[in-house]
Amino acid sequence: MKQNKLIAAIKGLLGAALLVGMASTAQAADPVKVGFVYVSPVGDAGWTYQHDLGRKALEEKFGDKIKVKFVDGVPEGAEAERVIRELAADGSKMVFATSFGFMNPTLKVAKAFPDVAFNHATGYKTADNVGIYNARFYEGRYLAGMIAGGMTKTNILGDVAAFPIPEVIQGINAYTRGALAVNPNIKMKVVWVNSWFDPGREREAAVALMDQGADVITHHTDSTAVVAAAEEKGKYAVAYNSDMSKYGAKAQLTAVTHHWEKFYTDEVQKVLDGNWKPGNVWGGIKEGMVSLAKISDDVPADLKAKVEQATKDIAEGKLHPFAGPVLDQDGAEKVPAGKNMDDEALAKMDFYVKGVEGKLPK
Amino acid sequence: MSLHLEPRLQPSKVMAYLSPVIAISLTLFVGVLLFTALGKSPAAAFHAFFIKPIDNWYGFGELLIKASPLALIALGLSVGFRANIWNIGAEGQLIVGAIAAGGVALALHETAAWWVLPLMFIAGALGGMLWAAIPAWLRTRFNANEILVSLMLVYVANLLLSWLIHGPWRDPDGYGFPQSLVFSDAAMLPILLAGTRTHAGVLITLVALVVAYVFFRWSLMAFKMNVTGLAPRAAAYAGFNQKRMIWIGLLTGGTAAGLAGTSEIAGPIGQLLIPVSPGYGFSAIIVAFVGRLNPIGIFLASLLMALLYLGGEAGQMQLSLPSSVSSVFQGLLLFFLLATDVLINYRLRWS
Repeated sequence: MKQNKLIAAIKGLLGAALLVGMASTAQAADPVKVGFVYVSPVGDAGWTYQHDLGRKALEEKFGDKIKVKFVDGVPEGAEAERVIRELAADGSKMVFATSFGFMNPTLKVAKAFPDVAFNHATGYKTADNVGIYNARFYEGRYLAGMIAGGMTKTNILGDVAAFPIPEVIQGINAYTRGALAVNPNIKMKVVWVNSWFDPGREREAAVALMDQGADVITHHTDSTAVVAAAEEKGKYAVAYNSDMSKYGAKAQLTAVTHHWEKFYTDEVQKVLDGNWKPGNVWGGIKEGMVSLAKISDDVPADLKAKVEQATKDIAEGKLHPFAGPVLDQDGAEKVPAGKNMDDEALAKMDFYVKGVEGKLPK
Repeated sequence: MSLHLEPRLQPSKVMAYLSPVIAISLTLFVGVLLFTALGKSPAAAFHAFFIKPIDNWYGFGELLIKASPLALIALGLSVGFRANIWNIGAEGQLIVGAIAAGGVALALHETAAWWVLPLMFIAGALGGMLWAAIPAWLRTRFNANEILVSLMLVYVANLLLSWLIHGPWRDPDGYGFPQSLVFSDAAMLPILLAGTRTHAGVLITLVALVVAYVFFRWSLMAFKMNVTGLAPRAAAYAGFNQKRMIWIGLLTGGTAAGLAGTSEIAGPIGQLLIPVSPGYGFSAIIVAFVGRLNPIGIFLASLLMALLYLGGEAGQMQLSLPSSVSSVFQGLLLFFLLATDVLINYRLRWS
């Protein structure tokens, strides 16, 4: 065995000597190439992990009709443009850029590659060959908030949040409104960690929240640290991005999970059929882009039933997490009774609703 | 019988040239084992790492724009490093340089004049210098450790940038996302090589290379700083002005980092956002040491670092290597490069 490896190594070395310098490698048939750019390492849970599940679904569905490449851990900023460009130059027919910070680089590259279809997640700028997609995470947040509100004993909820951008603020507000819908006495506390992925700080923030009396905590960050911290301290947690029950078998009440599989396969199907057009997709519970992971057995049946009903109502459009009246922290009316907050206002959300404590950093 | 290190009477000239060769051979050898163990063809892996990134014109341009800030900052840092002045906070100085230059670009967003860009570079240089002046002042006034102070200021700089782009400098039409406006054309560096992203900022690095070469070779100050680095007591007896060296050492590093930060935002990025740098300020420390604090060495080391970085991406794209494996491979090369340097001053002996 050992010897085999050694021989393989020597062969490899000889091969390397021969091959280094060859500029290109031979191409097989011609499967349609698809590229993915990830902002963080894939890992085994989190934002990028969910996108990677979508990538795997593509490979499973289309087999050797397509060839998928991905680059993970690409920092937002100057690096992204090169990676996106290289995927396009490599012959990709479709490129998915899966982080907000890839927006301007994607647009720049798209200009240079008019025949390549680009899809950018969570941004707001489009072009002739750049579509955008996002999910209504806040719908899942509202449902998770109901569970949190029903399960808290101290009436204090905690959230470890990354950056005060509309997507995160929607989550905090929807969660709070969901909790208030079942328990009018709750208070929501938020700690900002100013990072999408920083297990150390996420953990510290989670512990600080629990020390302040929060007994159900959630997070809008990418690591599993918050769920793990709750498990350790014997408190409850609502996970985000992925099901994290592996890290909090007792702690996890549920998880707000993301699902890109269907969107990715649909988009690639369109490219294969030759009828892709840039879209603006913002799917939620109804489209299956957001859902709740299994609800913990600790949650009583009547609360579960309420959440299931609300899930149905959201999918059918009967319930909107930001149905008026929506009041901000100071009691000012943001949406009048009888109306739902429109997408434009949602996309620009920059205030806390009533029930959230502290001041929104601006 | 055991193997141990014995100091040489004089640094070995042969080893000075041979040690990088040994390092690269060792890296390739361990690389073969690593890639074979992962079930990838080492040949394809080396091709992806060293050839693929620069087998086209665009890739060559990427190599230049990646190497440029690394070399520029490493040159600035090497001035202080030679005199044992340890500026670890170039990343922060880069960020403050970018903030200062970005502030000029945003303030003059409507002004389409030729002097916007030079003004940005002046502001960027001053910004970086200012950030480096803090550890310099604390060191000369209170004897505060410049390693700690400069490193801590990196975090302060990051938070400052974060506050600005979440607050006063946020793009008002940007849906609340933490980014500044995209700069006007007058605030952008011209492209040097058509078909690439290679911008005129690379010229600044070239000028800095020449200046550093001349400075190290012929200036009395550089000689004094060298002496201080090699024999601090001798320098003290000779009456060399320590404080002046600290100021020069830190401010040069800060200025270089500030200029590099300006080139980044006026070049490939074109706006203020987080991050403005993928850690150039820290990688430049490695570049400075792999380049042995010598301008030509730094020039070569910056190209190598840039190539390794691009190679990591190519490795992912071509072979689906996880990014962590790329980092391991990059780490190997740097480790061997620094480790084999021991052979210049020591020899291996069986006894």
